[in-house]
Amino acid sequence: MPIERSSPVGRRVFLGMLGLGAAGIVWGSKAQDAMEKLFAPITAKDGTGLSSLLPVGRFRIYSVTGDLPSRSTTAYSLKVGGHVDSPYTLSFAELTAMPSLQLTKDFQCVTGWRVHDVKWTGVRLGDLLDKAGTKPGARGVVFTSFDGEYTESLTLEQARRSDVIVAYDMEGHVISSDHGGPVRLYVAPMYGYKSCKWLDSIQVTDTPPPSGYWEVRGYDADAWVGKSNGRDDTPTA
Amino acid sequence: MAETTRPRPDGPAPDARGAPARLERFAPVERWLHWANATLIAVVVATAAILYVGPLSVAVGRRALVRTIHVYVGLTLPLPWLIGFLGRWRGPLLDDARRINRWSADDKRWFLTRGRGRGVRLGKFNPGQKLNAAFTVGAIVVMLATGSIMHWFKPFPVDWRTGATFVHDWTAIFLFVAITGHVGIALSDPEALRAMLRGSVSAEWARRHRPRWHDEVVGADLPHEVGRG
Repeated sequence: MPIERSSPVGRRVFLGMLGLGAAGIVWGSKAQDAMEKLFAPITAKDGTGLSSLLPVGRFRIYSVTGDLPSRSTTAYSLKVGGHVDSPYTLSFAELTAMPSLQLTKDFQCVTGWRVHDVKWTGVRLGDLLDKAGTKPGARGVVFTSFDGEYTESLTLEQARRSDVIVAYDMEGHVISSDHGGPVRLYVAPMYGYKSCKWLDSIQVTDTPPPSGYWEVRGYDADAWVGKSNGRDDTPTA
Repeated sequence: MAETTRPRPDGPAPDARGAPARLERFAPVERWLHWANATLIAVVVATAAILYVGPLSVAVGRRALVRTIHVYVGLTLPLPWLIGFLGRWRGPLLDDARRINRWSADDKRWFLTRGRGRGVRLGKFNPGQKLNAAFTVGAIVVMLATGSIMHWFKPFPVDWRTGATFVHDWTAIFLFVAITGHVGIALSDPEALRAMLRGSVSAEWARRHRPRWHDEVVGADLPHEVGRG
């Protein structure tokens, strides 16, 4: 192949990709924000669901176990106990009959994705704790999931924040099993891994809150959005 | 460039003019590298799909395990390349790497006319194949770099993890499109696919689709008609 003039297009493609890749690493977070603003109106109107395959403004479904846990609203119950005066169990109907709170806030994952303006409805975690009456010396709150694996925890002070709710409704529907329904925790000011899906029980401890599933694997316990895990996302609180 | 590809008399008897009926297209080391790389890519693409596509994530679960497989199989991607290109057997790989890198005037014309240019005579690879190969090598390097930053994010500036995720996601989408196209075109041309499975193509295929390479291998003194790739 010989004599004739030719150009090293292959090398240019290769080096061009390395250049674009490096630029993307350095400036990609800005590009991501811009694309989320650009794509938001499109994904909102997309009936085909195809846009959910784009890496923009989408929930990604994370489960740490083999099966996706699933429980009907009639079979569901929430146990509240531990270091409290009066432990109790609530059915789904009893939970939804309590005074509720609506929050419309961004959901930020520690792996980088963010979904803007998600509408959650639920009961303040603080109200559920008050109903049980925490004993003096209570320090932490542990959450377990009915997937049988996942746990999370908060300090009592964090748990009493008004933007920490036990949610049962997302965007006007009972939370689907993909999204951790029928009942999950939603800790608005923290990264998504704190918002324990498939919530089974709430246990008050008289010790500092033990590490949750991902904290054992290196994530920060105080998972404030933008101020932990080495990230600087815009806070969601 | 030095010509290392030689006709190999592995098929039916030479035709009446004395030309071999089959020509060696890919040496064993090239086929080995192709399929070793393809196998690893298949594993990272399958695990990526489970991590990324909602319904698949839900169906499979076991996220920590799937992620571990994805990361560690991904890290082995350079191995077949290093084995192929660093050994004594690298001759055919180097030769084809040179061919893939260089675009002739005919290649540019073929590319700009999307394969319909009259009188275009292609060498061993068409420009689509050249582009696919260069893109694949670039993508492997980019995916390794961004994937490593995503996994071992502690030493890097905070923005980089989001930036690396952004690049990793979009490169994955382009890579998926490229792989789908590559496999689709290969399946639609069994003779070309055979070259990657068994090593040789018919001289007839070479004369029709890769006339310049055909002449190079067989010797240009044989009569031929102008192919169009």
